[in-house]
Amino acid sequence: MTNSAGARAPLVELVRVGKTFDTGVVALDNLDLKVVEGEFLSLLGPSGCGKSTALRLIAGLAEPTLGAVRWRGSQRPETGFVFQEPTLMPWASVEDNVWLPLRLRGVSKSEAAREIASSLDLVGLSRFAKAYPRELSGGMKMRVSIARALTTSPSLLLLDEPFAALDEITRFRLNDDLLRLQRELKATVIFVTHSVFESVYLSSRIAVFGAHPGRVTEMLDVAEPYPRDASWRATARFAEACRDASAALEHASAGEPVL
Amino acid sequence: MSAQAVPARRGRALMRVIPALVFAAIILGWEALVRLRDIPPYILPPPSLIAQTLVADWGTLAPALWMTLRTTFLALLLATVGGLALALLFARWRIIEASLFPIAVILQVTPIIAIAPLLLVYLEPQTAVLVCAFIVAFFPILSNAVLGLRSADRNLIELYQLYGARPSQELRLLRLPSALPYFLGGLRIGGGLALIGAIVAEIAAGAAGQGAGLAFRIVEAGYRLNIPRMFAALVLVSATGVAIYMLFSLLSRLLLGRWHDSEANN
Repeated sequence: MTNSAGARAPLVELVRVGKTFDTGVVALDNLDLKVVEGEFLSLLGPSGCGKSTALRLIAGLAEPTLGAVRWRGSQRPETGFVFQEPTLMPWASVEDNVWLPLRLRGVSKSEAAREIASSLDLVGLSRFAKAYPRELSGGMKMRVSIARALTTSPSLLLLDEPFAALDEITRFRLNDDLLRLQRELKATVIFVTHSVFESVYLSSRIAVFGAHPGRVTEMLDVAEPYPRDASWRATARFAEACRDASAALEHASAGEPVL
Repeated sequence: MSAQAVPARRGRALMRVIPALVFAAIILGWEALVRLRDIPPYILPPPSLIAQTLVADWGTLAPALWMTLRTTFLALLLATVGGLALALLFARWRIIEASLFPIAVILQVTPIIAIAPLLLVYLEPQTAVLVCAFIVAFFPILSNAVLGLRSADRNLIELYQLYGARPSQELRLLRLPSALPYFLGGLRIGGGLALIGAIVAEIAAGAAGQGAGLAFRIVEAGYRLNIPRMFAALVLVSATGVAIYMLFSLLSRLLLGRWHDSEANN
């Protein structure tokens, strides 16, 4: 995992990116970040460090004030985005929510039926296709949100603290599901989180962010091979990687006032 | 079925039966009061006499009811179409909202009873009544629709952008459904207000002759001291109001039933 980062051309590269909001707040300053195809990259940092902003720049939901986002082949590949909240349309059934990305591209529901079914199958919600979001639990809504991101068969999956609001048991289960999905889809994943444990459990690489201004202060490799499962959490290597990531995180926010 | 389901069902049945009993008790109490105290019908007619009058005067009251219903629903239709169309313009172009919204507010805050005499000077009585009903129904429908069109989830808007949605798709698939609960709320308020506007304007129009509605019949019966007929016409006005409310409650339940918290918990 470690050596592959430098070898191939990155899928996307953020070059000296700066982002200043209209309010004058500097969210990102001089950010350099390379994302390698097929990796699971976590952006780890405290809240307000600009990691979500970096993800939004990659998604094309915002434009950098300075610098550039460079794609290999100068085009963003098929991308799926999962928000912090499930962000489902409450008036639409689960299958209609999952249909949305294709529907917006003019694909009829019957034409999309196979994609909808396979996306729901991937997240284990086939039985709930006709249900409405309000009838589902928080974890199930998040699964629908992930299924929606999968319908276009993305090769790049962007997730913005997707499991932050869920209880721990549900979060662990969804973490495992996400690892399985990445393996099955061979997708590149960029995952924003503020949890050291989550980032270590999931990622092949971790970009540690510091705040004020937001920037990457350290890149960590997590050498543990995939597939990983819950037993990985119990290993000494996991504990050690968590210690390293915590130290990097602490180092990144050294000198910051503790709130 | 669990053991708890039976008391729950009985509880629901009681929730329907008891309000009906309370209503019946009030009517019976009224009837008893009038009979026991021997109150003459030109002071307070008993419910039985009001019912009789309703049947006996149906020939006069039915056309008046029809007239008031027609005015109310026509005004409501115009207010709905106009309010929704203007709300779409407001949501699309802020400058139109900035220019026109203050005028809508002025129309709203000026009591309709004060505008009615002026409208009666310029317009045919029937048209003036319609315009009054329209003015009062228009604002809640407009402002609720504007609020609704604005209240689409920000993340969903971004999701639509991410997948390259056209503005027409965003409107149809996202903004209009998001606005629906607000819009229906506005319609429920506007429906009641359209009736009030029509009644107020009819009273202001006074003895305007042909095509008289229920309010005119109330005023006319008052001049003749025909108190039972006043009550009979009043019963029809109330029933119309209740029917409008129930109609829109039903519409809301049909359209929002499964997905919106306001209806889905019932």
